[in-house]
Parts: sequence; structure tokens; C-alpha cells
Amino acid sequence: MSNQAITLHYDIDAVDFSAAGEASSGVKRTLNQLGVNPAVVKRIAIAMYEAEINAIIHAGGGAADVEITPERVEVKISDNGPGIPDLEKAMTAGWSTASETVRELGFGAGMGLPNMKRYTDDMKVESKVGEGTVVTLIVNINS
Amino acid sequence: MKINDILEECKLKLITGNGDREIKGFYACDLLSWAISHANEGDLWITVMNNINILAVASLVDVACIVIPEDIEIPSVLIEKAEEREVTLLSTPMQAAELIIKAHELSKNLS
Repeated sequence: MSNQAITLHYDIDAVDFSAAGEASSGVKRTLNQLGVNPAVVKRIAIAMYEAEINAIIHAGGGAADVEITPERVEVKISDNGPGIPDLEKAMTAGWSTASETVRELGFGAGMGLPNMKRYTDDMKVESKVGEGTVVTLIVNINS
Repeated sequence: MKINDILEECKLKLITGNGDREIKGFYACDLLSWAISHANEGDLWITVMNNINILAVASLVDVACIVIPEDIEIPSVLIEKAEEREVTLLSTPMQAAELIIKAHELSKNLS
């Protein structure tokens, strides 16, 4: 891998819920092509997928900005949704505000944010009620 | 053990993809966020979910295949997308536990 950072941008479209995962699949492909350790790729892909799904479920879509350097991958998922009023609660495994429809699709288990934390080396959630949420996920490539 | 090795006995019908891939383990779960963090690469994943989101989980985890049990209807859009994303999709009249027990018996005979 060269020393230059690779940056990727994806729009997360909420119109087609079924397309969820396109951004994370794209990042997974890129990392595989770069020869990143598959176990590390899996961690990034899963954490990013959860963030992507959250943006669709709760915020009607958003954007993903990814920066890949030889040392680490940083994924920033931002949305203009309702924001998270109680972050501590939201981080609790099993706690969910997802709708019945979303649950019927197999989501809303309250595992999204806990999974993101579990699979990343560093995670930051910045949220303002009524304005939106930015989730930053960092995975060290040599971890 | 390959998917092909258990096709007949587990009453599996190949909907998309092929049966050449090795099965490294079995996993059954319908909550996608749970499945994505607990299923392993190479697993045969059984889920009653028949919506398109299972394909994203399958390809991100890189499971060997998805099996939809109990003859649950498979929507044509799921088949189309599975082909597009190269996910191997199978269907069976068996229940999840039944299939895993059967496949486990078969694996002992194979080794």
C-alpha cells in the first residue's frame, strides 16, 4: 500500500432500504484489493454496516466518508436525523427504538451501537437532538 | 464437507449459486445484527428471514451459503439480488435444528 491516504465517499440512500450495505460492501472490496488482513476487513465492514443501517432506520439516510491509510481506517457516518437524546441508553445492548416494520426485517435488536464498539478500536458518537448524528469508527490495520 | 455433500439428505434445493463451497460450520439466527456479529466465515447460515437484507449480512460475513428453511417462500427479488451479489441461496422443507442434526450425522460419515 502506498503512503497516501485513500478517501471514499458514499451517499447512504434511504429510499431503498434493501440497498443497505452497499457502502460497507464497497469499502470491504477496496480493503480486500489493498490486501488488508481479512479479519480486520470483517471488523470494519460489520461496524460500518451497522452504522449504515442506523442512518437508514433512524435518520432517513446520510453519508459515509472513509479514509484509509496504511495504519488505519476511519469511517465517518453522518446524518441529519433526529439525534440521540440519551447516548448512554443507546449504547446499551438490547435497547432499541426501531419501529415494528424495521424489527420485522430482522433489525432493531439493540445491537447496532454495541456491535460498532465491539468491532472497532475507537468509536466516537457526536449527536445533537434535532440536528443529527456523526458516528466515527476507527480500526487500526495492524491490530 | 461441501454444500453438494448434503444436498440430497438435507432436502436442499439450490436457488442461486453452486454447491461447490466448503461448509466450515453451521449457524442459525434471524436477528441480523446478532447474526452479523456471531456467524463465521464459511458457515451454512439458516434464517427464516426472506428479505433482501440477509444478502448484505451473508456477503459481509462471507458465509458459505444461506438456507431458508421450512419451505418459506423466497421472493423473486431476493433471487435476483442473490444472483447479482453472488450469494448462494438454498431452500429446504426441514426445520433449522433438523437440518443441522442431519448435516452433522452426514459429516461424521464423510470424515
